Amino acid sequence: MTAIGPDATAPGSPLLKNLLGERPLTQIFLFVGVLAAFGFLGQTMATNMGRVGITPGFAFLSRPSNFEIGETLIAYSSQSSFARAILVGLLNTLLVSAVGCILATILGVSLGLARMSENPLLSGSVRAYVELIRNTPLLLQLFFWSATFHALPAARKAFEPVAGVYLSNRGIYIPAFRFESGAAEAIALISLAAALLLPLLRRRFALSGRIVATLSLAGFFLVIFTLASTGNLRAEIPSLKGFNITGGLSLTPEFAALLVGLVVNASALIAEIVRSGIQSVPQGQWEAARSLGLHRGLIFRKIVLPQAMRVITPLMTSSYLSLTKNSSLAVAIGYPDLVSIINTAANQTGQALETILIMAAVYLTISFAVSFAMNRYNTRYALKGLGR
Amino acid sequence: MTMALSESIRRSPERNRLTGSARWALWRRGLFGSPVNLAITLGFVAFVLFVVAPFLRWALIDATWSGTAKDCAERSGACWAFIAEKSRFILFGLYPNDRDWQAAIAVALVGSLVVATGMPRFWNRRLVLVWIVVLGAALAVMSGALTRQLVPTDKWGGFPLTVLLSVIGFAGAFPLGIALALARRSKMRLLRWMAVAFIEVMRGVPLIAVLYVSTLIFPLMLPAGAAIDKLARAQIAIILFVAAYMAEIVRAGLQSLPAGQYEASRSLGLSWATTMRLVVLPQALRAVIPAFVNLGIGLFLDTTLVIVIGLFDFLNTARVAATDVNWNGFYSEAYTFAALIYFSLSYAASRYSLWLESRLRVGHANREGTRHRTRSA
Repeated sequence: MTAIGPDATAPGSPLLKNLLGERPLTQIFLFVGVLAAFGFLGQTMATNMGRVGITPGFAFLSRPSNFEIGETLIAYSSQSSFARAILVGLLNTLLVSAVGCILATILGVSLGLARMSENPLLSGSVRAYVELIRNTPLLLQLFFWSATFHALPAARKAFEPVAGVYLSNRGIYIPAFRFESGAAEAIALISLAAALLLPLLRRRFALSGRIVATLSLAGFFLVIFTLASTGNLRAEIPSLKGFNITGGLSLTPEFAALLVGLVVNASALIAEIVRSGIQSVPQGQWEAARSLGLHRGLIFRKIVLPQAMRVITPLMTSSYLSLTKNSSLAVAIGYPDLVSIINTAANQTGQALETILIMAAVYLTISFAVSFAMNRYNTRYALKGLGR
Repeated sequence: MTMALSESIRRSPERNRLTGSARWALWRRGLFGSPVNLAITLGFVAFVLFVVAPFLRWALIDATWSGTAKDCAERSGACWAFIAEKSRFILFGLYPNDRDWQAAIAVALVGSLVVATGMPRFWNRRLVLVWIVVLGAALAVMSGALTRQLVPTDKWGGFPLTVLLSVIGFAGAFPLGIALALARRSKMRLLRWMAVAFIEVMRGVPLIAVLYVSTLIFPLMLPAGAAIDKLARAQIAIILFVAAYMAEIVRAGLQSLPAGQYEASRSLGLSWATTMRLVVLPQALRAVIPAFVNLGIGLFLDTTLVIVIGLFDFLNTARVAATDVNWNGFYSEAYTFAALIYFSLSYAASRYSLWLESRLRVGHANREGTRHRTRSA
């Protein structure tokens, strides 16, 4: 908005005006004022920290943390440094967010489609589900899941809803794939090579997307089959032995509660996003495609979905980001995510400012990275959808 | 195709004109029309039998409605006697027993303020003044000004705390959000950058992080001797956090206005401030009222996060009530009760938001129509 009236010719050199826009002097005063306020707060903070004997700075990161963490993805003990403790928390946050986003997408898209079913019972129950989830606090939902997972029976009486899956108050046990030495690295190498080679091959031989997909799938199964037949990859099914369950992949009750809570919460949002995206495509598109003789699946895949995706993608981005930020509620149900470890570290060292700066930097990095990636994807999809 | 067809029927106004038998035909096709639909219907029946029915049995038939913990232990259903016994604590937390009525008056004041604001006929300039006065009065009553016995804020809790945190959070974020949105669209570059930095940082971090800043860092920043109450700090954190989201909503409203509005006011010689006050903001804010309501619902549900910094909001009092040694472990009842309250208020607000959206759309269409008529006449 332009400044209108006499102020439009306020004093200020043309150079400053070119650099800063309207009213450069006012802006500079304001900016200096904000800086001075921060400077004053920082100064008092340094004084206050000095009085209780805390040196500002990040030197504490290399000191041993002296606290245990319940679940870690990397080797960690109370002798490890604070930096490593924070890394453990970050990895836990990333794990629960990434798995959560994938599962929430699967569940949310299914619910969104179910919401549009012609069976009134199905669409009605999905609607009730969505309303229930969206109109109660997430924290309450997490408390509920936490209480539910902790109320499961003890290991020796664990529920076994499907063979090989155990639910107990010690955790959830599911079958897992175990790689023998070197197999995981081999898979990583092969996938990397494929990811680099496939686009090249595709361009060189003008392969269609379908052929590329078939090739990659065939390659995937070939690798899995080779590994399995040579005994380098095996499925490990948990089993009940005495008072304990061994083998397979175990999820702690805290992780399971947080994951289920986040997934259920985000899926309700995603279901609404998918529904509104598909409904945003005008009815005429269905009718036109139908009159061209296309069948239902093809219409949905080739006509409706690409147009719906333009509405869906930006909204999905924000729901992924809010799921990631919501994972910070872990602190309330005892899962050691980034926030909960930062909180412990801040309380132990007194370096509240530094630890919280680290936390803010991490979340901002995640937010900007996800927004950036999704924006690029969105640009590509939007252009394609316009029928370039 | 059937999916889209049924969808178009469901959405179309003709559906209301369908005769009873035609409507029944639609239902019958949906319920039993194809093997898939039949399977879904059977699955739903199973869900009702194995999930809904046991829940209702627990919540209603086998429930204990009055009595003591011992009466509850003898029955297998829900122990609503526990809620009845603990209702005072769940509602008001640690607030002094004999002065509950103060907290109740504060909630009533704020509640009627919110309900009145929801009615379009009160949407005028005086509303701002009314908000300031009523919120001030509610705070005064809550803090014990009437009885001249101050209630320290660490005794505030339960439902009044939730209501005050969310409503004052919204009211405080409103002017700040507008200012941020204007700054973000300003031609003053430095100002714009500061606004963008604030908004993006707030939107990029979780509310919990902002609450931690308010409890862990903020006290350290004050000169020795100065102190701000913990509740006030949490309230400020909530206001700043919500203001960033508010700013983005207002910005969307500002962007929805055609440039002609700015140009017309400029050619009339209106100053920037007058243009904003009389031309731009009234239209821009009106366009995003439903988004404001949704933000308000989100805020109401998110105030529960103050639990992590140790405040006793409504969810926390419900949870703590279940830890009483005499009534140990009635978490399901406590959570169900809290969920019921949160759900009914939020659901009512979201229905209101939908109603408002359609009403505003109708209002807009009418205005357009009138304009057309005058022009052609």
